[in-house]
Amino acid sequence: MKNKNLRNMLILGACSLIVVFAVGMLINFDIIDAYTAQILTLAGINAIMALSVNIICGITGQLSLGQAGFMAIGAYSTIFIANSGVPLPVSIILAGIVTAFFGFLIGFPTLKLEGDYLAIVTLGFGEIIRVVFVNLKKYTGGPNGKQFPTIMTLNPAIAYMVIIGVLVLLIILIQNFIRSTYGRAILAVRDDEIAANSSGISIFRYKMIGFVIASFVAGIGGALYAPFIGFIKPDMASFNKSIDYLIFVVLGGMGSTTGSILASFVLTSLQEFLRFLQNYRLLFYPVILMLVMHFRPQGLLGTKEFSFIKTWEDFPCWKDKILGTLKIKKSEKKGGAE
Amino acid sequence: MSEVKTVLKASDISIVFGGLRAVSNFSCELKANELVGLIGPNGAGKTTVFNMLSGVYRPTEGQISFWDRKDMVKVINKASPAAHNKIGIARTFQNIRLFSKMTVADNVRVALHTSRVVNPFDVLLRTPRFFKDEERMTGEVEQLLDLFKILDKKDELAKNLPYGEQRKLEIVRALASKPQLLLLDEPAAGMNPQETEELMRLIAFIREKFNLTILLIEHDMRLVMGICERIIVLDYGRIIAEGKPEEIQSNPQVIKAYLGEEAVNA
Repeated sequence: MKNKNLRNMLILGACSLIVVFAVGMLINFDIIDAYTAQILTLAGINAIMALSVNIICGITGQLSLGQAGFMAIGAYSTIFIANSGVPLPVSIILAGIVTAFFGFLIGFPTLKLEGDYLAIVTLGFGEIIRVVFVNLKKYTGGPNGKQFPTIMTLNPAIAYMVIIGVLVLLIILIQNFIRSTYGRAILAVRDDEIAANSSGISIFRYKMIGFVIASFVAGIGGALYAPFIGFIKPDMASFNKSIDYLIFVVLGGMGSTTGSILASFVLTSLQEFLRFLQNYRLLFYPVILMLVMHFRPQGLLGTKEFSFIKTWEDFPCWKDKILGTLKIKKSEKKGGAE
Repeated sequence: MSEVKTVLKASDISIVFGGLRAVSNFSCELKANELVGLIGPNGAGKTTVFNMLSGVYRPTEGQISFWDRKDMVKVINKASPAAHNKIGIARTFQNIRLFSKMTVADNVRVALHTSRVVNPFDVLLRTPRFFKDEERMTGEVEQLLDLFKILDKKDELAKNLPYGEQRKLEIVRALASKPQLLLLDEPAAGMNPQETEELMRLIAFIREKFNLTILLIEHDMRLVMGICERIIVLDYGRIIAEGKPEEIQSNPQVIKAYLGEEAVNA
């Protein structure tokens, strides 16, 4: 049992290191160009946001249309905190905590609402954040936005490693949480509130835990976005942005962390790869969405998760499987010939 | 012989919905290890009584007291369903309420959440305590599922179980929180006579094995008369009779409630 745990940790550690540092080094030595690196890093931010939306919509079972609002809070608070002399890494974490606190405040009156009502309230919340940031010109620069150049803006390799590193860390922590008794409690509330409550689980408390975690993750997303892009404006809290993040999750599969992350990487790069279509790419994107929703309404991955460990364990079987299918094909051919 | 311990006592509880007095002055006392049936025609207020006893509704008047595992008296009329579960009252539902998208094993594990020893920190960092607690839960879940002969289905989604086993699983989930009082809301609803027979044996077995008090609502008279030691009859939100099955069967008021005035005179 202990050996197995150690082995699993090694597998995951190795995969994470490859994803973060090996690719980071490739960027550092210009084998992957800065443009591609920029796209990958941006996809990383989008993936963090998709994680956040997935926690609310997929795991907690609430519909939130205000995640971009939380992201903006995270982004602006990093700038304030970092400008007051706190080192950047600390201010990123603090910004996440500030955002989580806002999530807690918003959650209090709203989590008693259900479904559509919560969606409308969070939608309103995002707009309030945007308007507040537009009008607090003295601190936020108003609609013109705010500059925030850092080392992450200038060096694509560092930006990539920091952001993808945080993404990996968040995935690990969130998966640990979901696959625990707390995660099961949250899933139980999603499935049937009344039964969960009668099984000793306080509905409001576990919805709140889900909501606060999601706000924290969105805050971290924003807190990484600001130093990476080096410039933010209140528009990042707009409703359109929230919908974008929701689309990643719906397309990838609600409730599937793998799906959300995969979808955010694929869709973010797709928008770039389709540039040769010029303005027609804006047509292409919705068509893909419609096709997926028509043929796979549960999202590309449904609620399935990809597991590195399982893939490793299945590895020896692959050979047999491939050989097995080959044999079947051969015998089929023979059968057909006779 | 010493007096049998009282588990739950409801005194004069009533509930009013708008202008409707759904249950009025309901009183009962449940002793340890007793099996009591709650019967009555449709709309008599049986499920409402259940909802009050399990915290889903708060009684408008009256008081419910519960003697917990340490024999401490608790007044529970204002507690939430979650709090009821924690002190030892578990229930099932008339229309089955399982966590349909979770596996059979996970359905039962959810009920073990209140007995956790881990804190969020253990969970996030996967400390040895986390693994130990998960192992304990797996052990308890498998033991329970084995006892009810559905262990081989532990990895199936709850919604894919056949109807009878879904009912069973709901009872298992209720038992997982180690209750002192088990409330069964129409456990035999939708079952055929043979399944009902099996369920009767199961309920008797649960009471012996887990040493708990059971209060059940049922329409199937064979089941109620067969296993209940005491029966409370409800009509229009009031208790109209209470006693042993034989007494209830011959009680004119009960016959009147079920069959009408003419049946009594005939």
